[in-house]
Amino acid sequence: MADNKTSVVNKAYLAFVSEISPKTNETRSLFNAFAVGGFICVIGQFLRYMLEFVFKIEGDELAGAVSMILIFLSALLTGLGVYDRIGKYAGAGSIVPITGFANSVVAPAMEFRSEGFIYGLAAKMFIIAGPIIVFGVMSSVAVGIIYYITGLI
Amino acid sequence: MGKHTIFFHNAPSIVCTYSAAGKKESEGPIGSLFDYVLEDDYFGEKTFEKAECKMLSTVIEKVIKKSGYRKSDIDALISGDLLNQIVSASFAARDFNIPYIGIYNACSTLTEGLALGATLTDGGYMSDVIVATGSHFSTAERQYRYPLEFGSVRPPQSQWTVTGAGAAIVSRKGKGPKITAATFGKVVDYGVSDANNMGAAMAPAAMDTLITHFNETGRKPDYYDLIVTGDLGALGSRILKHIISQNGYEITDNHVDCGEIIYNIDEKEYQGGSGAGCSAVVFNSYIYRKLKEKELNKVLFSATGALLSTTTTQQGETIPCISHAVALEND
Repeated sequence: MADNKTSVVNKAYLAFVSEISPKTNETRSLFNAFAVGGFICVIGQFLRYMLEFVFKIEGDELAGAVSMILIFLSALLTGLGVYDRIGKYAGAGSIVPITGFANSVVAPAMEFRSEGFIYGLAAKMFIIAGPIIVFGVMSSVAVGIIYYITGLI
Repeated sequence: MGKHTIFFHNAPSIVCTYSAAGKKESEGPIGSLFDYVLEDDYFGEKTFEKAECKMLSTVIEKVIKKSGYRKSDIDALISGDLLNQIVSASFAARDFNIPYIGIYNACSTLTEGLALGATLTDGGYMSDVIVATGSHFSTAERQYRYPLEFGSVRPPQSQWTVTGAGAAIVSRKGKGPKITAATFGKVVDYGVSDANNMGAAMAPAAMDTLITHFNETGRKPDYYDLIVTGDLGALGSRILKHIISQNGYEITDNHVDCGEIIYNIDEKEYQGGSGAGCSAVVFNSYIYRKLKEKELNKVLFSATGALLSTTTTQQGETIPCISHAVALEND
């Protein structure tokens, strides 16, 4: 593709392709993501109040219990084949909350079960979630260091 | 005779075809024409890979039965699919005691196979060969994209891999629509790197092969009753018609794309079918039947393939594409 003439044609072609290709409807996507993501958060908040006022759980235990219930529900819906349908509609709205993280672990675990428990299920389980964990841990360390240094000043 | 086009003077014919497809495909516009519809995507197997393999062996076995041939009459099996190391085709071939020629050209594997089959039989080296290709949505998804249950969003320019397989018997002597010419395509890359936009990546390859075919045969697009492309989808077909007309050829009136007619598509959701099974299923049911019933007498069939892998996509490579064309004519 070093040839000048082809690259000119290519540019014209790529411009034409991006012009004719259908665009994602951003307003609709944003609204769906907001609505579904918000609804998941409302469920989380509802669970939190239930556990706090009915079951009298407090503090770290309360946060942990809410997360665990949400993760369980997401894993269950993934197993039942429902979560990916929500995801198609909601986009980031169902990926960003903790339920999306659970979905991204359970989905490959189910998918690669056919390659065995070790090289399939266990090895492929973090194929999507792995990068999230890596960058999550790295950025939390970075933030911690910044926090420590600013505290010294 | 041109450089890339072969004329088959003994005119080998396609004597029999067989198609099998999944449920979603059977609900499409031509779904009623398939010989066999899978009840579910597992096809009675434990994994989707096994199901894809079984689909291929089923169509091979059934096409032999339907044609009235015996297994021993078949001189070679030319077959391919989308999976790494074309495992489905090769694993299906171990059930048959027939010499096996495994081929891969992504979604254009079917026309590549038909062209090779016609060459072998026309040359007198073989008398009857089977050409079979297939693909499976669930195996392709896990190889090329995400796990099935992962809640990701499919961009509107993407296509849906067809669950299906088809087989055809190409014969030197038998009766049926003749393969009169084949144009082998070049690898064409216009620099599209979006693996979700296969139609745009493959349209230039289809154009290149079609124009080469027209130039080398001296035929015009209207020589054919129908010009069939493999799996450009709705968007890719629109692009093809546009760029080919810029080069002075009009195919608007007699062009149809297998990917566009296999599903009832909503272009806001996706652009149609793709995969080695797409053209296999559509050709071996709908197109072949139209030829056999003489509703169509001259068809140019140019399936298109995107020759990418997930590794090359992740390394930021553009997508090289190919298209092979075969001309099918009734006497």
